[in-house]
Amino acid sequence: MEVDLAFIWAGLIAFAVLAYVILDGFDLGVGILFPFIKGEGSRDLMMNSVAPVWDGNETWLVLGGGGLLAVFPLAYSVILPALYAPIIAMLAGLIFRGVAFEFRWRASKSRWLWDAAFFGGSLLATLAQGVALGALVQGIEIEGRAYAGGWWDWLTPFSILTGIALVVGYILLGSTWLVMKTEGFVRSTARRYAYWSAYGTLGLIGAVSLWTPFLNPTYLDRWFSGPTTAFTVIVPSLVLASAFFLFRGLREGQDALPFLSALAFFILCFAGIGISFYPYMVPPSLTIWQAAAPDDSLSFLLVGSVVLLPLILLYSGYSYWVFRGKVDPSEGYH
Amino acid sequence: MDGLMDSLFDPVMLARIQFAFTISFHIIFPAFTIGLASYLAVLEGLWLWKKDSVFLDLFDFWKKVFAIVFGMGVVSGIVMSYEFGTNWSVFSDKAGPVIGPLMGYEVLSAFFLEAGFLGVMLFGKERVGPGLHFFATLMVAVGTLFSAFWILSVNSWMQTPAGYGMNDVGQFIPVDWWAVVFNPSFPYRLVHMVLAAYLTTAFAVGAVGAWHLLHDRDNRPALIMFSMAMWMAALVAPLQIVAGDLHGLNTLEHQPAKIAAMEGHYETRQGAPLILFGLPDDEAEVTRYAVEIPKLGSYILTHDWDGELKGLKSWPKEDRPPAALVFWSFRIMVGLGFAMVLIGFWSLIHRRWGGGLANARLLLRASVLMGPAGFVAILAGWITTEVGRQPFTIYGLLRTAESVSPLEAPALLGSLLLFFVVYTTVFGAGIYYVLKVMAKGPSRESEDEMQVPTRAAGIMPGAWQASKSHGHPGQG
Repeated sequence: MEVDLAFIWAGLIAFAVLAYVILDGFDLGVGILFPFIKGEGSRDLMMNSVAPVWDGNETWLVLGGGGLLAVFPLAYSVILPALYAPIIAMLAGLIFRGVAFEFRWRASKSRWLWDAAFFGGSLLATLAQGVALGALVQGIEIEGRAYAGGWWDWLTPFSILTGIALVVGYILLGSTWLVMKTEGFVRSTARRYAYWSAYGTLGLIGAVSLWTPFLNPTYLDRWFSGPTTAFTVIVPSLVLASAFFLFRGLREGQDALPFLSALAFFILCFAGIGISFYPYMVPPSLTIWQAAAPDDSLSFLLVGSVVLLPLILLYSGYSYWVFRGKVDPSEGYH
Repeated sequence: MDGLMDSLFDPVMLARIQFAFTISFHIIFPAFTIGLASYLAVLEGLWLWKKDSVFLDLFDFWKKVFAIVFGMGVVSGIVMSYEFGTNWSVFSDKAGPVIGPLMGYEVLSAFFLEAGFLGVMLFGKERVGPGLHFFATLMVAVGTLFSAFWILSVNSWMQTPAGYGMNDVGQFIPVDWWAVVFNPSFPYRLVHMVLAAYLTTAFAVGAVGAWHLLHDRDNRPALIMFSMAMWMAALVAPLQIVAGDLHGLNTLEHQPAKIAAMEGHYETRQGAPLILFGLPDDEAEVTRYAVEIPKLGSYILTHDWDGELKGLKSWPKEDRPPAALVFWSFRIMVGLGFAMVLIGFWSLIHRRWGGGLANARLLLRASVLMGPAGFVAILAGWITTEVGRQPFTIYGLLRTAESVSPLEAPALLGSLLLFFVVYTTVFGAGIYYVLKVMAKGPSRESEDEMQVPTRAAGIMPGAWQASKSHGHPGQG
């Protein structure tokens, strides 16, 4: 039996992107919530709840990008020019928020500036990621081995909707994370935002889901004809089940359940995109196999990944374990 | 002025300027963190071994600098990992199958390791035991070195490609991974770069130590860091000269046009002189106002007084690197390298005959001045090697002009301006904060406590207060 390396790699890249979205998602969400939870002490607490792990979270983005270059170089070299503006905006946003973690403790008079950078950078990066996702779902035009569309093709009502959806979704992840990791005022305020963003996320998931099948006949077929129609029942039902647990967790004042339910939202939406996309890497032009690098490249990196990825999950998990529990307001290395 | 206006509308030139600008900023951060991470591991190891709290104070101090620099390295590095796709998409498509997996290994073996243990190293002291904490510090240090390994493998492959074939859609494909990773220039480049990172850190650490010693010659933590830095300079700077020389011989073998530009030679000659200074003029194909030492150029590069050195005229004009930039950046790097050797030896003399380092005022002042030397040398060295391989991205195989994304100039100009504004403000502020932390110096809390006898602490309120008031720098 021949091993389908391109298929395995598509799965691994999808895993890296999902890991990025749910991990950096909650710390970006904390950044977006930054100005809405008042008080210097509250903000120190919010920052310290993600400070030890944000860097590892963001590394999944580098794996997503670097991995795409390694195993799907053609997809990488058409997607990035096609999404030029949102990607540059995302990078600028990530710069501002990334340095804020250290800078705000070193600044005295200009601390507000880095607080603003943390918020603005998180918001911009999230919006850009959402818009980029929407633009990819819409499809990218290719001629030969290069992007052939216009420079503003990424900007459409649909991509703006997905941008907003991701912002609200990350707020949900961030606020449920804070419910889990903090106590007192920050927790109670975050809980309020969790309710608000949960309704928002559900509504936006609905809107995006209803719109998507009409972007592309392939998507419509996938969801509304043939054997794959089963997903049309399964995926939304699971979303509703997660919503049930999310609201119950919030109502009962549970710590972890709301966050885990919010993660389930993201995993389900991601699966939904996967169902629409397959077997395309770049819809509607490139399949997984057309975009893949030669097998020698795929197998060389796969050998190391089989060893290294479990190790990475192990020590990343250990790092989360070290910083388990509620954040102690007196902690931090500063 | 026409040249400048043309560049503003030339996508290739804009993409090159953007890459040069973003990577110049980026490269100084990892260069510093590679050295600092190893230094932190040494400090924590010394603390665990000798139980002298001064090493812990130094560790806590340099940890702060490390955290800021590392943060800037991470975010500027993310830009690099996407810039290949945004601005150099044709290159990415063609070279991705070969260099992509190497970068993939950098992420898997280095970035995750650094990031995963960084949190424990920075924030976990109260949560894990000293052994595990030391382990975390070691993993961060090892991660930075793994990162250097893979990224230099990538860069070296682009300079001296090996182990590849071509497929029918024009992509470079791997044929022999061993030959790809350990390509001809890789060992030299890796050693040269890692030593450069260590020297850069040594001179930055040395400058901070020297600065505080100049203000207080009894500052023990400052003396220790200055002394350690000077040992590094005395031992590693001469080694770097040797490594650089070997790297040069390797370049002569594989990239002779780069050597010709570095040396400012347009004519092929036997018994070529060493041009110390001059103004290479690519138009006239001559190095003006050359100050030369006869035959030394041939001797250094071929180890034969009458050896033949190829001049730039051996290649068609469109295949030559621009000579003046390469020539001058090379001289700046070498000049700083020799200055480092000098400082190292000078410190040895003071240790042996000069009555100790703390009183060597002139050496201390010189060391403060040399603080940025490593960064400047690395940038100069990088310009030498990267501009020297032009007009190719993959030496001899893929031209820079054929590597760029199918973008129009306004998009590239816009992103260039954006990066320019963001980088100068954000990283400018970061460098200011690093200097601020450096100026504050390490806490001498534990040392003061040691000077006050424990039982006196209760009955000598003055001394106790004095030691408490030092506090912890950057608290909160």
